[in-house]
Amino acid sequence: MWPDERVVEFVNENFVPARVHVKADSEQFRKYSEQYNAPWTPTILMLDSDGVERYRIEGFLPNDDFLSQLMLGRAKIAFAHEQWDEAAQRFREIVDKFPDADAAPEALYWAGVALYKKTHDNTSLKETGKAFTQRYQDSSWAKKASVWR
Amino acid sequence: MPIEFRHDVDAVLEYAKHEGKPVLLDFSAAPM
Repeated sequence: MWPDERVVEFVNENFVPARVHVKADSEQFRKYSEQYNAPWTPTILMLDSDGVERYRIEGFLPNDDFLSQLMLGRAKIAFAHEQWDEAAQRFREIVDKFPDADAAPEALYWAGVALYKKTHDNTSLKETGKAFTQRYQDSSWAKKASVWR
Repeated sequence: MPIEFRHDVDAVLEYAKHEGKPVLLDFSAAPM
């Protein structure tokens, strides 16, 4: 996961990275694993600048899945801060770059929501609902978006 | 170039708040 150059670049550009190791940083590990309810490793939390958790990855993932999940977390931070254009762009980037990743259907869904939140025009939701008839039909996100068609 | 993880989480949270930047917090048990 971590040695992947794309992951390194993405993390360094988008986050202040911190690590608590179960043995080497045992006191901090105990404190923060309790505070953030993270009893298992690896667990990666993405916090906004106020320290509020916005997304987490639990367990090992191959590189493409890992990077797309990091991108999803970063997009959700933008979404939580009502940065609709940035959030929509970040969600779309996941679908474009990693169309086969588990994160892609969720990203497609939230890209539509981010555009709707910006415009309050339900066209974006309808288009997203229709997009799910063409791809990711078996995903839970397609079911969730089916009411928008 | 590796990721330069910091280990003082309190300091990281304070720095992130000041800089308006998100935090990635890795709970790890990887061999050192």
